[in-house]
Amino acid sequence: MDAVFKALADKSRRELLDQLRKSDGQTLGELCDYLDMTRQAVTKHLALLASANLVVTVWRGREKLHYLNPVPINEIYMRWIGKFEQRRLHALHNLKQALEENQHDNA
Amino acid sequence: MTTPEQVYETYIRTTPDKLWAAITNPEFTRQYWGGGANVSDWKKGSKWSHMNEGDTGGEKCCTGGHVLESTPPSRLVLSWAKPDNPADDSRVTFEIEAVEDMTRLKVVHGSFKEGSDLASKVAWGWPRVLSSLKSFLETGKGLNVWAGH
Repeated sequence: MDAVFKALADKSRRELLDQLRKSDGQTLGELCDYLDMTRQAVTKHLALLASANLVVTVWRGREKLHYLNPVPINEIYMRWIGKFEQRRLHALHNLKQALEENQHDNA
Repeated sequence: MTTPEQVYETYIRTTPDKLWAAITNPEFTRQYWGGGANVSDWKKGSKWSHMNEGDTGGEKCCTGGHVLESTPPSRLVLSWAKPDNPADDSRVTFEIEAVEDMTRLKVVHGSFKEGSDLASKVAWGWPRVLSSLKSFLETGKGLNVWAGH
């Protein structure tokens, strides 16, 4: 679990996960197109995300595709957040989203 | 546009044989898969069903499909559809591999039909079921996969 928190504690790596969330199963090249990072930096970040098991890869022919693996995050969720009343958290989350609708949350 | 496949991976402190049994033995599945049991003889070409309590089998019974590949304890490929629409099927691959004292489980769910909402439904369930499976094998007790549903 330490590896997951370490991997998430970086804005660039969260951006990478956001990219995969938008479109799962991307190659390194495709990910580089979207991000303002060198190929080497993206490779390094992907390796760290993979070591935390947040990104998993599948070979399709000669292409290596990257996928967001939600299982470790779900384990954090089930351990701490799952204990609480989920419906109430959802309501709060929806309220926050509605209030912030026109703003971009870069957090 | 085709629906992208989903890939899930988890490392479990167990052996490939125990993990295979946890996926294919109805008594084990019942304990971590939301109360439902996976029933089949797990031979290539056979039918498999995810039976909830009270299900009696038959054509329109359960989520399920056919066994497309079966290589215990390392690889299982299933077709997967909801009972109300068997034509709207998809494909699930379980890959099991020992990694030192752990076992890696990779689940790939893909080949969704165009326009199907199956992908969004299973995307809700897989992380929960796999977390619960890991807890079941490591502690003997699964999780409440329906929490907050």
